[in-house]
Amino acid sequence: MAEGQRKTVKGELLLSLRNVSKQFGAVTALSDIELDVHAGEVVALVGDNGAGKSTLVKILAGVHQPTSGTIEFLGQKVTLSDPGKALEMGIATVFQDLALCENLDVVANLFLGHELNPWRLDELQMEVRAWTLLQELAARIPSVREPIASLSGGQRQTVAIARSLLLDPKIIMLDEPTAALGVAQTAEVLNLIERVRDRGHGVILISHNMEDVRAVADRIVVLRLGRNNGVFTPADSHEDLIAAITGASDNSVSRRAARKMESLGE
Amino acid sequence: MDQANKTSAPAAQLDRADTRVRHDEGIGGWLRSFYDRVRSGDLGMIPVIVGLLLISAVFSTLNPVFLAPNNLTNMLFDAAAVGLIALGIVFVLLLGEIDLSIGSMSGLASALLGVMWVQFGYPVPVAIAGAIAAGAIMGLIYGFLRNRFEMPSFVATLAGLLALLGMQLYILGPTGSINLPFTSGMVRFGQIYIMPMWFSYALAVLPGLLMIWTGHRTRQQRAAANLSSTSMSVVILKAVLLSAALLFAVWYLGKGRGVPWMFGVFVAFVVVMDYALRRTKWGRSLFAVGGNAEAARRSGINVKRVRLTAFVVCSSFAALGGVFAASRLASSSQQAGTGDVNLNAIAAAVIGGTSLFGGRGSAWSALLGVLVIQAISNGLTLLNLSSSLRYMITGAVLAIAVIVDSLARRSRASHGRA
Repeated sequence: MAEGQRKTVKGELLLSLRNVSKQFGAVTALSDIELDVHAGEVVALVGDNGAGKSTLVKILAGVHQPTSGTIEFLGQKVTLSDPGKALEMGIATVFQDLALCENLDVVANLFLGHELNPWRLDELQMEVRAWTLLQELAARIPSVREPIASLSGGQRQTVAIARSLLLDPKIIMLDEPTAALGVAQTAEVLNLIERVRDRGHGVILISHNMEDVRAVADRIVVLRLGRNNGVFTPADSHEDLIAAITGASDNSVSRRAARKMESLGE
Repeated sequence: MDQANKTSAPAAQLDRADTRVRHDEGIGGWLRSFYDRVRSGDLGMIPVIVGLLLISAVFSTLNPVFLAPNNLTNMLFDAAAVGLIALGIVFVLLLGEIDLSIGSMSGLASALLGVMWVQFGYPVPVAIAGAIAAGAIMGLIYGFLRNRFEMPSFVATLAGLLALLGMQLYILGPTGSINLPFTSGMVRFGQIYIMPMWFSYALAVLPGLLMIWTGHRTRQQRAAANLSSTSMSVVILKAVLLSAALLFAVWYLGKGRGVPWMFGVFVAFVVVMDYALRRTKWGRSLFAVGGNAEAARRSGINVKRVRLTAFVVCSSFAALGGVFAASRLASSSQQAGTGDVNLNAIAAAVIGGTSLFGGRGSAWSALLGVLVIQAISNGLTLLNLSSSLRYMITGAVLAIAVIVDSLARRSRASHGRA
C-alpha cells in the first residue's frame, strides 16, 4: 500500500505490459505479450491450454519474473519481485483453489495476514468491516462467524473475492472463478465481477467459459502459444473468437459447429 | 431482491440482515445452538465431563479414598507437571504436527535442574532458566529440521526422543539420581505450598465477574457498531454456573488441604496462552497454518516462522513441566519423563478437544484433559494395580480419545463445519 494510494479515475490506464517474454529454459512460455488494463474495465484473458494464461497471471502476481519486457503500473515502470510486492502495489489475485482456511470463520479469512491490532485483535472492527465489504458487494453470506467449511462453493468464491478487495487494490485478477460453480452461483459471481468493476477496479478474468467471458468482459484478449492473437469485444462473432483461440478456422470446434448447422438444416 | 431486503428491514443490524439464518436469542436459543453444535460433532467439553463423571463413579466405588479432598489435592499437585507439557503440545498439534519427545525433554530438563542446582550450586532461578533454554533450543532444532529439510516432525521428534533420553542419562552420570534439598522453596512448592482459602475463593469468583464485565462491555461496543450480541441472560447464566462450580470445588478441596500453588501457576499459564491463541495475530496464524498452510502462505503469513515458534513453545513448556515434575518428586532421576509421560500429555490435549489433525484446539484443552488423565492415573494407583495393567489402560484411553476425535471430525465435515 506504499505506492499509489491516490484514487484512480475511471478509464485511466492502470497496467500496461510491453513486449513481456518469459522463458523456462528452452521453452518460451510467453513472447512479446502486450496487455493494457484500465480502471473500471473487465479484461478477459482467454486461450487454449498451454497458451500462457497462467504464466502471465503468475508474472502479474509476482510469483514469476519476466525474462524481458516492461511492466508499467500507473505510468511507472515496476518490477514485481514477489507476491507481497504485487499485493502492496495494488494487484490482488483470487487463485483458482481460493486459498481459504476452512477451519477459520469468514472474518478471520478476510483479514488473514492483515489482522487489525496484532497484539489484541480488534474483532469488532474487523467484523464491521467484513459486513460492510460484503454488503457493498451485495454478497449473501449468512454469518461471518461461521467457519468457511459451512459455506457453499459460490459463497466461498465470494469470500475469496471480498478478501482480494480488502486491501483496496487497483486491479484484481480472477483465475477461473466459475470453473467449479453451478448455474446460479456462476451468475452470482458474474454479478460480483460487474460490481467490482463498477467500483472502479480493473479486473482481469481468466476463463475457459466463453459464455461467462462474453457476459462480463469489455475486451477479450486472446493468447495463443504464448503470443497475442488478437483483441476482441463481446460483439465479435463466436467463430472469429474460436478461430483466434485455436489458430485456424478449420478445426474440430468449427467443424463440429458446421456439422450441427448442417443437421439442423436437413 | 436486494432492494426488497433493504426496504423491509431498514434498521436491521449488520449481521441480522439475512433472513435465511435462524438467530438464537436468549437462554433457550443458547441451549438450542449448543445442542446443534454437539450433534454436528463439535463436542466441546462434553467428553471431559462425561469422562470425569464415569471415572469418579468407577473409582470411588472401588476405593472411597478416591474422592477424598486430600486425594484430590494430591491429584492437582500431580496434574500441574503433565498439564504444562500438554499445554505445550497443543501448539504443535494445532499445526497438524506432533512432538513425541516431550517426555524426554521434560526428563532432560529435570536432570539439568538437578545438575545445575545441586551439583554445580547455581541459584535455582538460573537452573530453571537453563532448563527452559535447553527446551527452547530443542524446539529451534525441530523447527529447523522441519523447515529446512521438510523432515516430518514425527520422525524428527522420535529421533529427538532417543537423543534427549541419552543426554538425560549422560548428565545424570553413574549415580542416576540427584535428590533435591527437601527444605528448599522449590520442593516445598511442589509438595506443600497451598493457597490461602480467602485467596482461593477470590480466584474462584474472579472468572465469573470477568465474564459478566467483558460480556457487558462487548455488548455495548457491538451495539454501538450496529451488531447483534449474546443476550446478557446467557452471559450471566454461564458466569453463575461457572462460579458455582468453582466455588464448590474450592470449598470441597478446602475440607482437606486446599488448592496447591503449583496448580494455580499452571492455570495462570493456561490463561496467558489462551489469550495468545485467541486474541493475537500469532495465535490466529497458528490456526491458519494448521487449517491450510498454502492459503496462509499466500496471505503473507510466514509459515516457517510460525512453525518454528510452535516447536519452541512446545519444547519450552515440556522443559518447564520437567522442572515442575522434579520439584514434585524432590529428585532428578533417570526415570523422570519416561514411561507414559509422553502419551499422557498428548492424550490430555486430545481428550480436552485439540485435534490431532491440526487447526482445532485451545489452551483450555490441556487443563481439562489433564484432569481426566490424572484422575485415571491416580485411581489406578489407589487400586494398587501393577504398572503392566496401568500401561494397558492408559494406552486404551489414548486410543479412545483419538477415535472420538476422528469420529467428531468426520461428523463435523458432513455437517459442514471445520
